[in-house]
Amino acid sequence: MLTVEGLELYYGDAKALDGVSVAVEDGEIVAIVGANGAGKSSLIRAIAGIETPAAGTVRFDGEDITGWPSYRVCDRGIGQVAEGRQIFPNMTVRENLEMGAVIPRGRARCDETVEDVFAMFPRLREREGQAAGTLSGGEQQMLAIGRCLMGQPKLIMFDEPSLGLAPALVAEVFETIRTLNAAGTTVILVEQNVAMSLRMARHAYVLENGRIVLSGLAEDLLDDDGVRQAYLGL
Amino acid sequence: MTWDTVASILIGGALTGLVYSLMALGLSVIFGVIRVVNFAHGEMMTLAMFAGVFLFTGGGLDPILSLPIVAGTLFILGYALQRRLVEPFIARPEHEQFILLLAVAILLVNGLLLAFGPDARSVTVDYAFDSFELGPIFIDKVKAYAAGVGVLVAAGLLMFFRYTRTGKAIRACSDNLMGAQVVGLNIRRLYALTFGLGVACVGAAGCLLSLLVDVTPMLGPELTLLAFVIVIIGGLGSMMGALLGGIVVGLSEALAGLLIVPSMKSMFSFGLLILILAFRPQGLFGKRT
Repeated sequence: MLTVEGLELYYGDAKALDGVSVAVEDGEIVAIVGANGAGKSSLIRAIAGIETPAAGTVRFDGEDITGWPSYRVCDRGIGQVAEGRQIFPNMTVRENLEMGAVIPRGRARCDETVEDVFAMFPRLREREGQAAGTLSGGEQQMLAIGRCLMGQPKLIMFDEPSLGLAPALVAEVFETIRTLNAAGTTVILVEQNVAMSLRMARHAYVLENGRIVLSGLAEDLLDDDGVRQAYLGL
Repeated sequence: MTWDTVASILIGGALTGLVYSLMALGLSVIFGVIRVVNFAHGEMMTLAMFAGVFLFTGGGLDPILSLPIVAGTLFILGYALQRRLVEPFIARPEHEQFILLLAVAILLVNGLLLAFGPDARSVTVDYAFDSFELGPIFIDKVKAYAAGVGVLVAAGLLMFFRYTRTGKAIRACSDNLMGAQVVGLNIRRLYALTFGLGVACVGAAGCLLSLLVDVTPMLGPELTLLAFVIVIIGGLGSMMGALLGGIVVGLSEALAGLLIVPSMKSMFSFGLLILILAFRPQGLFGKRT
């Protein structure tokens, strides 16, 4: 479904991605793990078209989408739940959701999908007319996920969805990701919570200093001594 | 001086102020979303005033009727300006943006000088000297009409931002630019629309102001300053602030004419500016940062 090959990305002179290749199959969950600054978010932003790669290709559903602007990438069906949630704090919960359906892909089913999102997260319905900046961290994460669903994505990239959330909410977010995946959405999961994401994923990649240093079945990585030492503290 | 004269003058000042509000609204919208200060704002207003005069003397069109044409033309101009000229400067340092828009301002002033010469021109509609009488209070018809249309245009713009999908998307860009990219908003297009709308606002305001004051090409820098004074008094980036700031400045100008002489009006608005900067630097409606 998504094939990334030899992706290179620079911020000024600093190399953030150094020949990254990743393959995501239809319907699976792929985990991307690595330390802070390893290039996980850079990879997501390069796929999403927010950053323009210097070299390499991104193919989605057989189409070369390298260097496309983010609005075209989104409209092809690659959604994103970004790090830090990136909601619109001064707009209402409903307006935030509507913004997820501005891309042509989301427009036709905007109203129905708002209902679906409210059914999935009843707390958002209660806060429909409230400014999104007044929501709690957990509610904001639900809003960010709901807003992403508004665009009818085939693939959702989650960037640190559990960051800064209480343990009970972390479990809820992971459960939501599982539910979405079971309903047919392909998922890329970038997480600092390595154990949890490796348990959920089928395939996984380990990023270090902008390179993929290890990849394979997630369960094998979970047993890998290097991974256990470096990321699981075992 | 009797109280009804004072009331008439103050109402006249507030009505002129509403036209200023519309001008300042344009500046505020552009700054609030794109974070670029349009240093050619007053010069664009002068361009619109000349368009109003030209369509009146040449085509016999009342500036209120030519307003949609002028505002529409300036919208296209603003859209193209953002796309072709300002966009590459958005990520650059502020002083470079300043120099760019200053260049636009200088081009506009001198273009107008070349085309129309330095003389003052005016629009004299057939109701120019009529007034509404509310008991003992006289209200100039032109001022009432200009203010009324100004309020309508401003209300239309506010509704656009509140209720339409594109308007909300523009607000989203100003609320969280990264978030706007994440959901796939077309930011370059929305920025160009915003610049176009801001310039259309000042175009509409220019048309209306051509009913009230004489226009010369050299009026531009003065109006740019006036627009800055208004948005700083009202609060940078706040639409309500721009509207209220315009009325406050209009009133202060009228008071200057009443208490001293009309030519001292700038002293009053600049005095207000200093007071605001000293005691409420975020402006009347601005948020503390």
